[in-house]
Amino acid sequence: MKFSIYRYNPDIDKKPYMQDFELTEVEPGMMLLAALLKIKDTMDESLSFRRSCGEGVCGSDGMNINGINGLACITPVASLKQPIEVRPLPGLPVIRDLIIDMDQFYQNYREVKPYLIVNDPMPEVELPQTPQQREKLDGLYECILCACCSTQCPSFWWNPDKYLGPAALLQASRFIEDSRDQATEERLSALEGPFKLFRCHTIMSCVQVCPKGLNPTKAINDIKKMMLKRSL
Amino acid sequence: MPDIPIRQFDSLIIGAGGGGLRAALHLSSADASVAVVSKVFPTRSHTVAAQGGMNAALANVLPDNWHWHMFDTVKGSDYLGDQDAIEYMCRAAPRAVYELEHFGVPFSRMDNGTIYQRPFGGQSQNFGGDQAARTCAAADRTGHAILHSLYQQNIRAKTHFFDEYFAVDLLKDEQGCVLGALAFNIHNGEPVIIEAKTTLLATGGAGQLFRTTTNALINTGDGMGMALRAGVPLQDMEFFQFHPTGIAGRGMLITEGARGEGGYLVNADGERLMERYAPKAKDLASRDVVSRAIATEVREGRGCGPNKDHVMLKLDHLGEAVIQKRLPGIRQTCITFLGIDPAEAPVPVFPTAHYTMGGIPTNRQGQVVIPVKDTPEEPVPGLYAAGECACVSVHGANRLGGNSLLDILVFGRAAAGHIIDYLAENRYHRKMDSNSLESALNRMQRWDRTGNGDGESVSVLRDELKAVMENHCSVFRNEEVLSEGVNKVEQIAERFKHARIDDRSSVFNTARVEALELENLVGVALATIHSAYARQESRGAHSRIDYTERDDINWMRHSLYSLGGGVDYKPVRTKPISVDSFPPKARVY
Repeated sequence: MKFSIYRYNPDIDKKPYMQDFELTEVEPGMMLLAALLKIKDTMDESLSFRRSCGEGVCGSDGMNINGINGLACITPVASLKQPIEVRPLPGLPVIRDLIIDMDQFYQNYREVKPYLIVNDPMPEVELPQTPQQREKLDGLYECILCACCSTQCPSFWWNPDKYLGPAALLQASRFIEDSRDQATEERLSALEGPFKLFRCHTIMSCVQVCPKGLNPTKAINDIKKMMLKRSL
Repeated sequence: MPDIPIRQFDSLIIGAGGGGLRAALHLSSADASVAVVSKVFPTRSHTVAAQGGMNAALANVLPDNWHWHMFDTVKGSDYLGDQDAIEYMCRAAPRAVYELEHFGVPFSRMDNGTIYQRPFGGQSQNFGGDQAARTCAAADRTGHAILHSLYQQNIRAKTHFFDEYFAVDLLKDEQGCVLGALAFNIHNGEPVIIEAKTTLLATGGAGQLFRTTTNALINTGDGMGMALRAGVPLQDMEFFQFHPTGIAGRGMLITEGARGEGGYLVNADGERLMERYAPKAKDLASRDVVSRAIATEVREGRGCGPNKDHVMLKLDHLGEAVIQKRLPGIRQTCITFLGIDPAEAPVPVFPTAHYTMGGIPTNRQGQVVIPVKDTPEEPVPGLYAAGECACVSVHGANRLGGNSLLDILVFGRAAAGHIIDYLAENRYHRKMDSNSLESALNRMQRWDRTGNGDGESVSVLRDELKAVMENHCSVFRNEEVLSEGVNKVEQIAERFKHARIDDRSSVFNTARVEALELENLVGVALATIHSAYARQESRGAHSRIDYTERDDINWMRHSLYSLGGGVDYKPVRTKPISVDSFPPKARVY
């Protein structure tokens, strides 16, 4: 099985290049992460990428696979056209090989105040929430911050410092929709203006690539609707 | 002193999983300055992978109280757990859950708006009576929900994070006070000294000891390795939990919640096998019991599949709606890795390395305690540990499902509470000892030197270590297999001294990180296999086919392995804080 992998080590390389690797043994059901680990362990230990849980819950190994962002650990190599072209997630600076600098992504996440805000005194037990209220968080809270969506989004590529991007906006929605949160007004106001939210042009790349099957575009549209309702 | 930048904080926390983040939040909220060092971005920590939930006697579904929870935990531990710590944890559990809920954790809900709870293994009402439902859940993504909420609250509290920094070793003064750690920034390889009046190790477990494991690749026992090198023994390391339901041959975890929701195990004859091993609790017996049952079925030829090497977990009778509502994550995992939808067909499972019951010995305030002369438990000033890397010990010889999330939250907070007291009494930084820094620096710089070793590559040694541990220290053990294992791990430790990496670049050098991780893992492997070899009885997860009975007269004691010093022992704390002790009894489910 043939691979073409993006390489760049700022210590020694003047510019990035693509390097070919070939694996002769590919076990049935092998995921791309396992293939990369095998290349690293047996051919070139300097090949660098992030990885942790290996089952699609930690969000470490987002990368661009044959042009589409995804998690290496849940992408079966058999499903991919060869040579399998593996590049870092696009749109953010590359640190080395498949590792990008995610500072901007995390900064945008922090900007939406991704935490529950309750102004009332807390009870000694749980804040009540009906199953129906809780269901509204399904499709929102499962985000693993892998950045596949934001780095597939042309609006984010153009203005990563102004447009918050689908991942951060999905989180904004997760707290706006939470029946326990008491900062909806403040959250909506913070998203006003032409960039932070409204740079979303409903291209829907985020929906296509989300490895958890989430729908940031819908979340963004729900926020837009709430803002519209509020302005009426 | 070499010219290395120094950063000063009141408190250093190494590890940003649930334990580290809970402690960080408590300290930040108390206006202490806190540095959290993590080799991965916090939400990549392995807490994220916990599925089923967290135990607390809320009684939202069935009657419950903390004392029943305590009984179950003591019994589950096969009477090796310390009963003062267990009482403390079970009493603290409801508050720990409510705190999390206030932090924003999206728990599943009951119709009346309270937190949803599911039955889990080893739970009972009324001291061994009917099944209880004690595990608070956010679908089957409870760890993810908790870890993200804790990280989010730390964003609010403005905790200072050193993301993608690798902690190399603890730093001490001449009196043995722990004063922080040497770390380096993985992004550029630059070292930094983080000076702190207290250091909390919250580095998680060491599931990478084994080839087939539910654990993330980052679970390399780093804090345990650091503790060993700092002269702290590791406690009860022979007790390693094999989860009954890892996906056969691949290791992905299928939560015990799958059986809690009504799933059950069948063998090749289609028989509900747990009825024979645990007539009352059946599929919800303790994990050690269920794992042994599956391994026995396979050994006796009743395994499924062409190689008869696994059993099946049946869930399809629950119906798609229940599976999608309560177990959506494991449904996706089965579809992704097996092409099997558990709503339609059974899932092949086998016991899989899962959890390190042993670890760095602490008291219930999270202080690391070591034997000094005649005192078995003398606190090491300035050093704390919490979570899977620690051994309080609330899990003893076998952890109950749902008690690990509880452990990290209760003892992460307890450690932070004690740290706040310690900071009030120790207002100033102490002077660092240059010897301790030099040995830490040497350890790190070894991998920067050209020709750092003339031996084997790190990956070859790591793969061999994992295979040896799997073959010699698995569900069933005996003298012969263990003694061979001891020799093999000792040889690997020796060969590691000559191990080499060829990548000497400074920017995001993952080969160097993996070399340092393997050094930690080798230390933990030595502790595990030596302690297992030494313990001549069967208790909890440690099953000796040559010593099949539990031996309370000779072996109801904690083991303590020190690097180079062999295995020593200390008594179990059988006296709870306020209630009567649960004396050892035969363990039947």
